[in-house]
Amino acid sequence: MQTSEMTQTTADASEDLPLLRVSSATKYYGDRIGCKDVNFELYPGEVLAIVGESGSGKTTLLNCLSTRLAPTSGVIEYRNRQGAMRNLYQMSEAERRMLMRTDWGFVHQHASDGLRMSVSAGANVGERLMAVGARHYGDIRSTAIDWLDRVEIAEDRIDDDPRAFSGGMRQRLQIARNLVTNPRLVFMDEPTGGLDVSVQARLLDLIRGLVSDLGLSVIIVTHDLAVARLLSDRTLVMRRGHVIETGLTDQVLDDPQEAYTQLLVSSILQP
Amino acid sequence: MKTKICLSNVGKTFRMHLREGIELPVVDNVSFAVAEGECVILGGPSGSGKSSVLKMIYGNYRCPKGQILITDGEEIINVAQAAPRRIIRLRDNTIGYVSQFLRAIPRVPALRLVADPLIAQGVSEEEALAQARVLLTRLNVPERLWQLPPATFSGGEQQRVNIARGFIAHYPILLLDEPTASLDAKNRAVVVELVEEKKKKGVAMLGILHDHEARDQIADRIIDVTQFKAAA
Repeated sequence: MQTSEMTQTTADASEDLPLLRVSSATKYYGDRIGCKDVNFELYPGEVLAIVGESGSGKTTLLNCLSTRLAPTSGVIEYRNRQGAMRNLYQMSEAERRMLMRTDWGFVHQHASDGLRMSVSAGANVGERLMAVGARHYGDIRSTAIDWLDRVEIAEDRIDDDPRAFSGGMRQRLQIARNLVTNPRLVFMDEPTGGLDVSVQARLLDLIRGLVSDLGLSVIIVTHDLAVARLLSDRTLVMRRGHVIETGLTDQVLDDPQEAYTQLLVSSILQP
Repeated sequence: MKTKICLSNVGKTFRMHLREGIELPVVDNVSFAVAEGECVILGGPSGSGKSSVLKMIYGNYRCPKGQILITDGEEIINVAQAAPRRIIRLRDNTIGYVSQFLRAIPRVPALRLVADPLIAQGVSEEEALAQARVLLTRLNVPERLWQLPPATFSGGEQQRVNIARGFIAHYPILLLDEPTASLDAKNRAVVVELVEEKKKKGVAMLGILHDHEARDQIADRIIDVTQFKAAA
């Protein structure tokens, strides 16, 4: 696929064009496979879950997709706001950084990887806005307050730094920091991992609401099939670096075809 | 009358990899059609594949053999081959599924849960909530429960919330998965009324219903699924 600028498409037509296209994405660590021959398309407003056990390659794949790790081979293309499909790894470093700051979000499992722990909650949110050119202090602060409210963090915590927050609050702050620039695509790496069950439920519900209100496209890596069930439209099952099964999430979970998927599904403890 | 659902030569076999890969044939050569304004009930003992047929039509089971044609406005979609996002669009606008089991979502109040499918179809929140109140009242769900998430409701209350959720939106096709199971006579009568109202609106319905009395009241036809038994 050429990276030449394609003709501009109307908003309506782009609804039916993929936002992200992954073709034969492969990553080797020396001789060892990270992920191999991954192919899929993600459409606007779709939530895709990547599931599998630790070491299955799901985080490697997520990192390749989000330009955090260059694939050994394969092509990953993203449709920019002008409607042109661009090869991510043929963009300039500056262009890619701009994408990460504006069009994309990345929610890390450990909030400390996605937040600046030594600056206030308000600054964590405001910083992303300033990166896209906001300069008016009052506007930035009021937008930050608005976003803290949307992720259920009280206004009077705006000047506290995230070290004073609980795990669940930190994760909610990380989400606010990511969403404040109105991204079109958000990557999430085990966003509920390591949280208490009740905290998880609250966070999942919050993510579910935001995704549907904002019409976000999301790629979420999780080993928790219940998280995939609650949040995603489609699921991709990975094992040993390969995608072994894909489909509608309820299809994959209710009628798994592959031996490994059947094993995963049957291993869930029913409360 | 316009055909809404048409199955031809549908077959389904489960392969159980965890049990030495044994194959469990469920149904084969399933062929029938359902027209608008018609309520067809699948009959046969449990294990005969009624539920599998319903799930293949909704797309939560894969359909490896045959065709499942759904009329979606001017289009005809083969669910057996359709892309996942096309099936999602069918579920948003065309096919509703009324089941007995509620998948409670943390923190979402019952009233909102019921109104959601209608809001998803573009009806205003105010109007959708008003209709949700009407349905919850008809199904005798006490008003004090409406603002609570249903996770802690009794089985019967959860089921009635789910029935309200299933009937509220305007789907041209409704799949009914035991909608009256474990309901008392009063609420069963409400479900029968709801089905009759949908019929008058031209909705095509296909269901599983073990309760004979309700079945005799709503079924226009009964299709015996044992005739589609797959050869073992």
